[in-house]
Amino acid sequence: MIRLQLPLRREDIASLRAGDEVLLSGTVYTGRDAAHKRLYEAMQRGEELPVDLRGQLIYYVGPAPAKPGQPIGPAGPTTSYRMDPYTPALLDAGMAGMIGKGQRTEPVRQAIMRNGAVYFITIGGAAALIADSIRSKETVCYEDLGTESVCRLEVEDFYAIVGIDAQGNSIL
Amino acid sequence: MRELDVTIVRRAVAQMVVEANCCIGDTMMQCLQRCRDAEEKPLSRSILDKIILNDQLAEERQVAMCQDTGMAIFRVKVGQDIRFVGGSLEEAIQRGTAEGYCDGYLRKSVVNDPLFERVNTRDNTPAIIYYEMVDGDKLDITFAPKGFGSENMSAIKMLKPADGVDGVLDFVMQTVKNAGPNPCPPMVIGVGIGGTFEKCAQLSKFALMREVGSHNEDARYAALEKELMQCINTLHIGPAGLGGNTSALGVHIEYFPTHIAGLPVAVNICCHAYRHSHVVL
Repeated sequence: MIRLQLPLRREDIASLRAGDEVLLSGTVYTGRDAAHKRLYEAMQRGEELPVDLRGQLIYYVGPAPAKPGQPIGPAGPTTSYRMDPYTPALLDAGMAGMIGKGQRTEPVRQAIMRNGAVYFITIGGAAALIADSIRSKETVCYEDLGTESVCRLEVEDFYAIVGIDAQGNSIL
Repeated sequence: MRELDVTIVRRAVAQMVVEANCCIGDTMMQCLQRCRDAEEKPLSRSILDKIILNDQLAEERQVAMCQDTGMAIFRVKVGQDIRFVGGSLEEAIQRGTAEGYCDGYLRKSVVNDPLFERVNTRDNTPAIIYYEMVDGDKLDITFAPKGFGSENMSAIKMLKPADGVDGVLDFVMQTVKNAGPNPCPPMVIGVGIGGTFEKCAQLSKFALMREVGSHNEDARYAALEKELMQCINTLHIGPAGLGGNTSALGVHIEYFPTHIAGLPVAVNICCHAYRHSHVVL
């Protein structure tokens, strides 16, 4: 098990190999289908993004509502391939990597290699357990999207597995 | 005629929605535990341990085991000797669904229009309700929330009668292979065979409302379920798609008479959050 502080340093990413189990601590951003579409369209129009994703990880998640006193509700990963049309552009703009579940298309793998990025997977359907490693949640933008809004999460010992490493090796 | 107040139905539905999303149930828990003990790959064993722990935590804390609390699917068997009073049955089920999702801290995942607006309806309605008229004066409701990571990996095909058993096996295997790690394996596979285009899809959904690992009463279909289960587990998709010998927790087939010219087959996939609740009123 490798412990990593977020945001990841490029040398940390370079040393990771597909199949490595990691515990991530620090900041990650949430984003899934609708937020990706908006971010991508804003980039196409040449606008500045409402969130600075350079060097950051985006976690594909749409959490369930939090019970009173909890920072977040159950929060497992959603299937990654739906974000594939938008991911290469975000990686080329400096995003460090993604956390999700399932396979990626070849253009995403190429973009990971080109940018020295990383794709982590975590366990789909383990949402209650994963929520235990999330300390706080704060909405950053696209609040109207509800569960699909972009949020900043502070995580501690968030369990993940390297799905695709910066060399393009994949365990999926 | 027996009178049944729809308020009772609404309250029961609201409870069913929460119960299914938070409690996986003993049969599924035992199934996961058996698979965990039989799993040969250490990483995959440790993932099954985390899934089991997750499901225990969800039940203890009464929170959803998966954040995708699904689209609400109901199979409702209506005894023809019931007279509903106090409103409509349809409205009672829809309102019970909304109450369960809103009061139970469950995610609302339904958008109003599939193609253009895609605005969240904010109470997870409409639920999809399949009614059947049956003898008697009881109302039998099964609820299954359906997540879309696995729903998206499902498929339907109109085979030729000449394709036969091999054709069905090939199509199911191809669908599961294509799904790979995406539908949150280990998965449960619902297969509908026969009927028409839409009927076989509905059969495959009803197959996913059976108790995990149960077998079709017809020995030939039961044998096919066992054969598919073995074949799928040799694909080594494994828990979370990371390999190992636990790819499927169950394969359930439902069949129906069909046309002389057809052999429709539908494959509906469910993730390891195989969630149900059932009530008879």
